[in-house]
Amino acid sequence: MSDPLVQVESVSVTLGGTSVLSDVSLTLAPGRITTLIGPNGAGKSTLARVVLGLVKTDNGSVKRRKGLRIGYMPQQIKVDDSLPLTVDRFLWLAAPGPTSARRAALERAGVAQLRRRAVQQLSGGEMQRVLLARALLRKPDLLVLDEPAQGVDVAGQNALYGLLKDVRDELGCAILLISHDLHLVMAATDEVICLQRHVCCSGNPETVSRDPAYHELFGPAAGTPNLALYTHDHDHDHDLHGNAHHHDHEGPCNHD
Amino acid sequence: MIELLLPPLLAGLAVALVSGPMGAFVVWRRMAFFGDTLAHGALLGAALGLALEVNLYLAVVAVCLGLAAALTALQHQRQLAGDTLLGIVAHTTLALGVIAISLQTGIQVDLFAYLFGDLLAVGWNDVIGLWGGAVVILVLMLWQWRALLSITVSEELAQVEGVAVQRTRLLLMLLLALLIAGAIRTVGVLLITSLLVIPAASARRLTHTPAQMALVASLLGILSVLVGLAVSWFANTPVGPSIVVAASGLFVLTLLRKPS
Repeated sequence: MSDPLVQVESVSVTLGGTSVLSDVSLTLAPGRITTLIGPNGAGKSTLARVVLGLVKTDNGSVKRRKGLRIGYMPQQIKVDDSLPLTVDRFLWLAAPGPTSARRAALERAGVAQLRRRAVQQLSGGEMQRVLLARALLRKPDLLVLDEPAQGVDVAGQNALYGLLKDVRDELGCAILLISHDLHLVMAATDEVICLQRHVCCSGNPETVSRDPAYHELFGPAAGTPNLALYTHDHDHDHDLHGNAHHHDHEGPCNHD
Repeated sequence: MIELLLPPLLAGLAVALVSGPMGAFVVWRRMAFFGDTLAHGALLGAALGLALEVNLYLAVVAVCLGLAAALTALQHQRQLAGDTLLGIVAHTTLALGVIAISLQTGIQVDLFAYLFGDLLAVGWNDVIGLWGGAVVILVLMLWQWRALLSITVSEELAQVEGVAVQRTRLLLMLLLALLIAGAIRTVGVLLITSLLVIPAASARRLTHTPAQMALVASLLGILSVLVGLAVSWFANTPVGPSIVVAASGLFVLTLLRKPS
């Protein structure tokens, strides 16, 4: 394995007096796709924000390679209506340069037709695609995507993960994904990290899907390991965010 | 007549020119009340400057920056909303400023001039200082334009992309404090925010990019100063308020235009 881009070691985070992460370690290496999974409130976004340097850690260390270029796709951003800003200008902020580069990035993300639109007029899904284009435009060493598959149908998700693999192969970058969709993620990832404030289990998808901790955490939603095909078994409920219901209460993998 | 009107005119134009881009940021970042609070603090700064016999502009800038730092620190507590805090600080500093000015012995200070501006009393020294300040502010804004705009769109994206967010935010505060210090003599403490906010708000309906909006805001501000001064000259109305009313008139005119 080549030198890590980001190395998070034994990090703990407390937000507003509550412990959100405790003793979490994570290594991101070039060319690898890592996915964080876990129930709501497990600290997935917080861990991603630790990697990005947006959250102060209580202890532990976060090492980033010097000159690391990061592309970040947050779930959503809201631009004030008073700011007249087209998609093209929005991308220019991330990487000033020729129009052709911005057009290519938008095309890659599948939203070339939005270039001259005002960012305030975009739907949530369109904004996500534009944010993806902005992240790609920077030719990042590390791409961090927070719930990129949210509100995208299965076909769209397949296309998205296909795109991410292409990007990884082309740029040789590391990709860190946050997702709640277990099956598809399992098929498209090099490494899975199950999070419940601490790392419950981690490894390649096959290993994780056999890990008792993974099944404890996700219950029947984890299903049988079916890595190639997305099969939506209706033996569990989904809430509005598509999370399986079994773990709205604190999961069994919670050693507090 | 021209040698009487020229210094006020040039001073007003300098302030209006800078107020365009600065006001655009105030509108985009929803800092209108924040700017207002700094402006109120400016009166306290002026009073301190008089009492300590130091340069008035320096005293105002120092107090504004101190206030900005204090407000930023206060915003970390969560029980009171930001505008409540600003309300407390704005009116406390205004009250302190009025008291401090009334305590000055020896010289008679015209409080009205500080509150509503006294553009007609501006001399050539002020004009040179204001244009110097205006050039400094505009050059710094141009130089840091992309960073300033980045943190306005999204501070988190900006930080991830390597923009020095804290430093850029501090720069914006510093420039705002400089502008307020300069504007205190032209439109006065109570009307500064309007010169920042109104032309920028008018420009919003007429433009499609941030740079256009900043530029058009400058032009509308300049037009407001010209109209306000003319009205003040011919109708013998107070200058500062006349400029603000002119700016508001332009805003109403832009409302007639259908948003694109």
